[in-house]
Amino acid sequence: MRQTTIRSAIAFAILMCASGTAVHAQDASEKEIERYRAMISDPMSNPGFLAVDRGEVLWSQKRGTKDVSLETCDLGQGPGKLEGAFAKLPRYFKDADKVMDTEQRLLWCMTNIQGLDTKDVIARRFSGPGRASDMEDLVAFIANKSSGMKIDIPLAHPKEQEMAAVGEALFYRRGGVNDFSCATCHAEEGKRIRLQGLPDLSKPGKLPQETMGGWPTYRVSQGALRTMQHRLWDCYRQQRWPVPEYASDALTALTVFLQKQAAGGELNVPSIKR
Amino acid sequence: MTSSLKIAALALTAGIFTALPFAASAQTVAKSADPAIVDAYVKATFGKAPAEWQERIVPDETLKTCNAYHNNVPSAEADKIVKRELAKVVYPADGKFLGDWKEGRKVANNGRGGQFSDPPDTVAGGNCYACHQLEKSEVSFGTLGPSLTNYGKDRKYAPDEIKNAYTKIYDSQAVFACSNMPRFGANKVLNEQQIKDLVALLFDPDSPVNK
Repeated sequence: MRQTTIRSAIAFAILMCASGTAVHAQDASEKEIERYRAMISDPMSNPGFLAVDRGEVLWSQKRGTKDVSLETCDLGQGPGKLEGAFAKLPRYFKDADKVMDTEQRLLWCMTNIQGLDTKDVIARRFSGPGRASDMEDLVAFIANKSSGMKIDIPLAHPKEQEMAAVGEALFYRRGGVNDFSCATCHAEEGKRIRLQGLPDLSKPGKLPQETMGGWPTYRVSQGALRTMQHRLWDCYRQQRWPVPEYASDALTALTVFLQKQAAGGELNVPSIKR
Repeated sequence: MTSSLKIAALALTAGIFTALPFAASAQTVAKSADPAIVDAYVKATFGKAPAEWQERIVPDETLKTCNAYHNNVPSAEADKIVKRELAKVVYPADGKFLGDWKEGRKVANNGRGGQFSDPPDTVAGGNCYACHQLEKSEVSFGTLGPSLTNYGKDRKYAPDEIKNAYTKIYDSQAVFACSNMPRFGANKVLNEQQIKDLVALLFDPDSPVNK
């Protein structure tokens, strides 16, 4: 009897040690990844901050038929007020009578304040080798002015509420030859595609907060600063949907929904990701 | 007294259990946006794509139901879906479900096809490893779907299981309503031979899936 107790105690101890080791190893590698992330998030080593600097130049550069800068552009906090503006976007703008994300608002300001033909800017919406993107640089600069702040988009206006409801419907809308929706990959916790972990964005809280708090980001695999516009474009590509129109309403609706899920999450941007 | 309390408690529990699904679905329905408004948004974002591409994102009757319930369909709706999708399954004329597992292995590993970045003549694969574990030697597998390791062996290579697997790959929703898995045959992503080859990957005793 006594021997059995001792034996089972030993077995239990071994079991605990074994599982403890596994947990410990996992913790250790996660800590390493965290350390690596912290290291490359340093403004001195994250290439995303080069985009921030280029965006700052573009913001004050005189362009368009009116030869003025974007410095009077109202991103929701008043003309030229950038601090905290990104954390509260997308939002409803009375002058445009529309809910807009950062990109849509910038294009509106280019057209209406600068008199700039945005055709070339849109053609360069995503940067590539030897091709800079004004939009990526400007968004990086503007988003950085909200770094350390909490995501807090307004949802009082009926059009903002419509956007959130449509965004949710789009999140679950299946289509394309493979019947995929956003929810196919992002509605369950702890899942992965091949080896890539997938955040559950279907429930408000930590996971959407961490996801949305990290965009725009410098994508190491692409060697480029990317914004949510590119992330959603690439998601729809992988979903086998048609090409989404840049800075269009369904993308803004999805962004509203995701920002709503991420409310209270702290922005740390530009971040750096795989 | 005690027994009446027990009955009350039972009634209450039963009430909660029956009320819950209704409450959940009612909430889902009430919160959801007007489908006409959603369609207008879809048009604004995808309206410039070629007609053939746009047709792909028009939900059919089955997907309409799945979308409305966020894939958690009540059983009556689920039965309708399974019946409708089962009618779409075309079984091999020769009655043979097993192809070549070596070819099936290629189909399982191929993630190309159907993306707007793919050349139009791209032969689509099943991309099975994105979601499932198959061969034990392949460590890069997703977990959105269940592990399929030893699939045939665990089912003792039973003929009805072989037919079920063919059905499931051809049209996942003919087996499980609002399954996350693509309807490979019904949506013409994979042809009959490719599906047979995948069934062989699962059920051939020589397949590495069963080793």
